[in-house]
Amino acid sequence: MSEEKYIPKSKIGQWFDSRLPLLSLAHHLREYPTPKNLNYWWTFGAILTFCLITQIITGLVLAMHYVAHADFAFESVEHIMRDVNYGWLIRYFHANGSSMFFLAVYIHIFRALFYGSYKTPREMIWILGMFIYILMMATAFMGYVLPWGQMSFWAATVITNLFSALPIIGEGVVTWLWGGYAVDSPTLTRFYSLHYFLPFLIFALVVLHIWALHIPGNNNPIGIEIKKPSKDTVPFSPYIVVKDLYALIIFLIIFAGIIFFVPNILSHPDNYIKANPMVTPSHIVPEWYLLPFYAILRAVPSKLGGVIVMFSSLFILMFLPWLDTSKVRSMVFKPLSKIFFWILVIDVLVLGYLGAMPPEGWYLFFGRLATIYYFVHFLIILPVLGFKEKTIPLPISLSKPVLDEQIDLTGTKSINNSEILK
Amino acid sequence: MKSKFILTLVFFLILLNVNLIASESKVLFLKTDWSFKGIFGKFDRGELRRGYQVYSEVCAGCHSISQLSYRNLSEKGGPEFSIKVVEDIAASFEIKDGPNSEGDMFTRPGRLPDKFPNPYPNIEAAKAANGGAYPPDMSVLVKARKGGAAYIFSLLQGYDEPPEGYQLDEGVYYNKYMDGNQIKMPNVLFDDLVEYADGTKATKEQMSKDISSFLTWASEPSLESRHKLGFKVILFLIILAVLVYFSMNRLWSRIESK
Repeated sequence: MSEEKYIPKSKIGQWFDSRLPLLSLAHHLREYPTPKNLNYWWTFGAILTFCLITQIITGLVLAMHYVAHADFAFESVEHIMRDVNYGWLIRYFHANGSSMFFLAVYIHIFRALFYGSYKTPREMIWILGMFIYILMMATAFMGYVLPWGQMSFWAATVITNLFSALPIIGEGVVTWLWGGYAVDSPTLTRFYSLHYFLPFLIFALVVLHIWALHIPGNNNPIGIEIKKPSKDTVPFSPYIVVKDLYALIIFLIIFAGIIFFVPNILSHPDNYIKANPMVTPSHIVPEWYLLPFYAILRAVPSKLGGVIVMFSSLFILMFLPWLDTSKVRSMVFKPLSKIFFWILVIDVLVLGYLGAMPPEGWYLFFGRLATIYYFVHFLIILPVLGFKEKTIPLPISLSKPVLDEQIDLTGTKSINNSEILK
Repeated sequence: MKSKFILTLVFFLILLNVNLIASESKVLFLKTDWSFKGIFGKFDRGELRRGYQVYSEVCAGCHSISQLSYRNLSEKGGPEFSIKVVEDIAASFEIKDGPNSEGDMFTRPGRLPDKFPNPYPNIEAAKAANGGAYPPDMSVLVKARKGGAAYIFSLLQGYDEPPEGYQLDEGVYYNKYMDGNQIKMPNVLFDDLVEYADGTKATKEQMSKDISSFLTWASEPSLESRHKLGFKVILFLIILAVLVYFSMNRLWSRIESK
């Protein structure tokens, strides 16, 4: 950090700060130099922090009324919906909150992909982010089990059964996970316990994620390193705070629209039927945000293979900073990468759609195709593009446009720098 | 970039719609005007009261509604019967209570906080009495079925002669709207089956609509307060967004003019 050392004005402040530098930390957060050209895709960090904190708070309140037992869980959720004051609001907030959380995290991740925010020197931020994302999926999955509806029960059965694909130890691991020989109360209570614990772990990782961010500072839409602080930066408070706040309010309007007017649109009707081990739903589907991975899992004909490929699809993202060989961060200057970026977005959406469909016929065929493309993108297209792609010249700083001669020399089409800055 | 984002969004929405059409094109539910749909949607009190009458005279023989308490019938946003009426309703039920100081279970007349008792002592008894099928609990039935109220409304009117050459199993009825077209519940609604207290003509369609509304309320007793609060919250957020937007522009104009 190229900031000057902060010294509190008052004597008491100095005494306190030299022993526990909370005041320095507050000062750092306030003055933190942020690129002035950040667009609204950058506001999702703040939105995600809001999501995590509200999920924890609503979750704490729900935990006061919820009963983690196979015989009472379903009824206790209805008790929350009917008898607890504003229980319906808290529960719908928490249930839809997870969907909004994932919506925001997907935008956040794709923003990082588009602007190359994972590239050096920000690899740690990205890797921590991926750990947060994986923990989020585990937490959300366990949370989905807690209402103990049909989908809860059968999703738990299907997902825990995946571990039985492991050679030799598989069966033992599954029994260990279940706490018995079938998904039942012991499974529910341990899922509840972990669902309560993991968010705090996520919170700790978020602190590290932000800490790691504050070392190199924010990336920006142009993707060039900027001097901090300088004319190209603004202090975090009030400029970025108010912008994040505005984006958060818009996000909340959509969130409120779902909570108050279509609170069940993202859940499956079967989850309002109490779990019944004797009746299998005709069609077991996870929540929408896990569908792409569900599609990948089912695209592979062997069970063990499916599990391996599915986990690989997640862990491959950890190596992204090294798979992307390009010297240029932002895709604003990489016309070809930009096209492949949007193909990847569509590929993931297609996987999500296919995850909700039965794995047969054309659905299965396209599921396999999309799965293969997903890996091809990260393992072949991305590394090759880095070497082959002809990029558009970068500006020297946010305020200085590209030199005209430079553009003529390279022969690429000239771009209007002021347009990019928007 | 913006246009591409919108394109992707449109593409995604099309996918979603194809999904919905693909799954629902098989059966189109009967249409009717639901008063509780939409942002300002509210229940029709008359409909809920008639619906309760249908429930208690027709459905309650086999279907439990275990999450509902008598007091709910008088609460705001529901059928809003007067307390006196609901007390009488509750008192007409025998509730098992106990044990008393002698250690014996006993029955007493129902009170406001009591939940509706189940018609059968357990699921097995319910199955035995209904040819092996368990009449589902109606507390959250509307939320537990694709199509919700429209599904219940259609199902009740969907009994028909099976098409030519259709093999119907023993003790099963043909229904257009049931998954797989076979249902164990017989056709229960006939014109003028109940005599409505408010004088409404009890056609099959009317009764189907009333009971569907009633069950929607039973599944979602907070629907009205949810809609009301939601309107206020969103209005507040929009005003706040406008204020923050202008403050933000004012603040950022210092930077951009540099």
